[in-house]
Amino acid sequence: MSATVSSDRERAGTGIAVQNLRIGLTARPGVDVVDDIDLVLKPGEVVGLVGESGSGKTTVGTALLGYTRAGALIEKGKVLFEDKDVLGLPWQQVRQLRGEEIAYVPQDPAAALNPSIRIGKQIVELLELRGIGTPASRLQGARDGLAEVGLPNDDEFLRRYSHQLSGGQVQRVALAMAFLPKPKVLVLDEPTTGLDVTTQGMVLQTMGELCRSHGVAALYVTHDLAVISNIADRVAVMYAGQIAELGPRETIFGQPTHPYTRALLDSIPHLSQARALTGIPGRTPAPGARPDGCRFHDRCSYAIDECSAGVPELREVAPDHLVRCIRSEQIGHWDISRGTVPDSDPNQHREPILTLGDLKVFYGHTEVVHGVSFEVGKAEVVALVGESGSGKTTISRCVGGLHKEWTGSITFEGNELGKGSRSRSASDRKRVQYIFQNPYLSLNPRLTIEQIVRRPMELFGLASGKEATDRVVALLDQVALGPAVLRYQASRLSGGERQRVAIARALAAEPDLLVCDEITSALDVSVQGSIVALLEDLRQTRGISMLFVTHNLALVRSIASRVQILNAGNVVESGFVVDVMDRPQQEYTQRLLANSPRID
Amino acid sequence: MTDVVVTDALEEVAPPSGRHGAAAWASWFARRIGLAVLTLWLVSILVYVATSSLGNPVKAILGRDYLADKARAAQLTSQLNLDEPLVTRYLHWLGGLFTGDLGTSIASQRPVSELIGSNVVNTLVLVLVSAIVMIPVAFGIAMLSANYRRRRPDTVIQTILLTLAGLPEFVIGILLVAVFSTTVFHLLPAVTLVAAGGHPWDQPKAMVLPVATLVLAVAPYVSRIVRSTLLEVLDSDYVELARLKGIPERVVMRKHALLNALVPGIQVIALQLAWLAGGVVVVETLYNYPGVGFQLVDSVRNHDVSMVQALSMIIAAIYVLVNLIADVLSILLTPRARTAISS
Repeated sequence: MSATVSSDRERAGTGIAVQNLRIGLTARPGVDVVDDIDLVLKPGEVVGLVGESGSGKTTVGTALLGYTRAGALIEKGKVLFEDKDVLGLPWQQVRQLRGEEIAYVPQDPAAALNPSIRIGKQIVELLELRGIGTPASRLQGARDGLAEVGLPNDDEFLRRYSHQLSGGQVQRVALAMAFLPKPKVLVLDEPTTGLDVTTQGMVLQTMGELCRSHGVAALYVTHDLAVISNIADRVAVMYAGQIAELGPRETIFGQPTHPYTRALLDSIPHLSQARALTGIPGRTPAPGARPDGCRFHDRCSYAIDECSAGVPELREVAPDHLVRCIRSEQIGHWDISRGTVPDSDPNQHREPILTLGDLKVFYGHTEVVHGVSFEVGKAEVVALVGESGSGKTTISRCVGGLHKEWTGSITFEGNELGKGSRSRSASDRKRVQYIFQNPYLSLNPRLTIEQIVRRPMELFGLASGKEATDRVVALLDQVALGPAVLRYQASRLSGGERQRVAIARALAAEPDLLVCDEITSALDVSVQGSIVALLEDLRQTRGISMLFVTHNLALVRSIASRVQILNAGNVVESGFVVDVMDRPQQEYTQRLLANSPRID
Repeated sequence: MTDVVVTDALEEVAPPSGRHGAAAWASWFARRIGLAVLTLWLVSILVYVATSSLGNPVKAILGRDYLADKARAAQLTSQLNLDEPLVTRYLHWLGGLFTGDLGTSIASQRPVSELIGSNVVNTLVLVLVSAIVMIPVAFGIAMLSANYRRRRPDTVIQTILLTLAGLPEFVIGILLVAVFSTTVFHLLPAVTLVAAGGHPWDQPKAMVLPVATLVLAVAPYVSRIVRSTLLEVLDSDYVELARLKGIPERVVMRKHALLNALVPGIQVIALQLAWLAGGVVVVETLYNYPGVGFQLVDSVRNHDVSMVQALSMIIAAIYVLVNLIADVLSILLTPRARTAISS
């Protein structure tokens, strides 16, 4: 094995190294997007670059190809590839390197392939333009590449357009396309975002095999620590434009040393054990608004005065393990099981509040949900889990009165609920509140936060005038937002803050049941942690029941007490979270669990 | 385990079915044609009712002679079938449209079809030549502009386009005449002189100024729409991927960007061409070009009801036809829409 690997590596070249990279904004000189980035990628190695939104991880990724988005420019630094500085080369030569030597796999699978060029043509486009090989050899290369990523490679498939493929297929086409010119360096920018866990597992496995067998040095950019822990050899954690911690995977997940890395790991749910998730207070600062000194000090629980004095160096605390923290020796050890709590008790008394009986849902004449029955108890969280197309959101929309084409019964405290929200009584509408997946779309951009949260109170006649304003302040306080946001419009808030406003709006109606449709999937993990903590608090203090729709099984373990596993419109397995996740009976559940990325 | 997963993934999307493709296209096309015919029928009702409800045409034609010349009034009334009810007259006229009988011109007492035939052809040629010149020019300018987005050349181009779009076409026409045929140079004829039985394009030089005026009047709109679509497409992920893949910029622009920016351009071109067919009265009058618009104004002035009806229907037909072609082209150029029909 070692012999073939070393011969592969000789063929593959020397990898790529980033030195002292700084990227700034053209419009605001002196403001950096990323600063002081040093990173080495060895052949056959997958390096994970992790960070939350706004950390500059994608900017670093595309800088490897000598590319910045409009508005940003590379101020200093080198990207050394085979003794050449990519950033110093004339643009013709940079373009020559792109694709052939350094390839890129894009983020959003659906948007990244040209919608009007057939995929067979797109795959070979670069080779055709560079005149590499003959038409027959290029076609054969495309077919081999597709076979390598587990896709069909007949003429019919090559003639398809990207919209005729599923998300996972498009992503694997993008992988095949990147690998075809046999590049030596690969930059993957969150290539599995938005894919189902089984598809994600397959794409990751394919990618890892290809990188190692072709001796490619890969940079895997992502916000998902769990994914990184499954595929990366080394991990770099980025915060606010700098690398906070860099080390081998086992070290980063076993002995994380930077307070930010630890806080991130604390906010991730585990598959094997329920946890009290925590968020990181404050929000990730944007370029230009980053604090002096250590950029994390204003959110760090270990910070002392010196932390704000000067920018800490990235220092080596152990072989290959670098940390940008002056207190790394003093903050003690970290334990992965910190924050674990007992799973919810299966034997506790349940009092059903919502009952679904033989629910069948239709879109036109197509039946998409085939007779689903379950109960939600008072102050209980029931999770609906499944992959895309399993019907989990459809069911939640029926409960919320947003979808009318269904048969069967939905009973809420003994009353049959009407099909659509229009046919429900005001009290039913008030007591069942819906929170949407995307907080960027669910808040009216023209209203102030106060108007948004007041609206349900006025609608249901709960409060008005001064009293309503006071209650808005109290609700915002409950979701950890200060009264300063009252006059803001939603556009001034971050994604996590918007989702808190959406939760406050739902709470304003004093509901007994919250329908939460993937409410954390558009958010960073640290924000997800604090939202989950907030929901758990609401459940305990106000006795609110929740129907929690998600595709994230690890999250289910931490938030729900019962779970319904859905596949193609059927409940395949249901029961207490502990039972289902520790002793899954169905093959489908086992497969979901096996493919879910995990850090524990 | 991977094998299990792979087979599952293959079943995610059913392959597009090719068997029913042709039949699906035929039925889609038949539906579109049906809609076009329906539109024309509604237009015909509006045109007929509007032209009939403008008061007694005989009175309008004869003016002061209406009361004096009773015999002429009676003759006109029967020629126009005014003694019959409106519905009967409409149906009679509609039947005539289908058989190619467009009625008789009141002013010249000759068949309408004979009078307008050559003018319709003249207008179509003018519009077609203008389109052939305008489309590449507009797209070229749009691509140039998008390439230099928000830098000096783009700003200059956009300012010029906006100025042109803001000028009425007769101002542009007068300026062109002043520069090229009267005041400054004497290169091109200012008016179109057509010998009897001849065509305007017998003298190609005389076509230059009318075509130039129309191109200058229409190209700015098309160019601005295509530019803004191009800018949107250039910001898309797939264009970024093409650049990161190492595709040269001109190929990115031509193949990756333009192909996806064509559809809004086609729609606006269709609207503009249809407008040209009926609304170029000013330009045709200015250059004395024997086209449809020119004739329509003339007929309205002469209270020539049959001519107005026939010309209105022809203009409406051109509108419907051009937009139908644009819709078909848009569908053909959008793979998602195209495959949705054939599967």
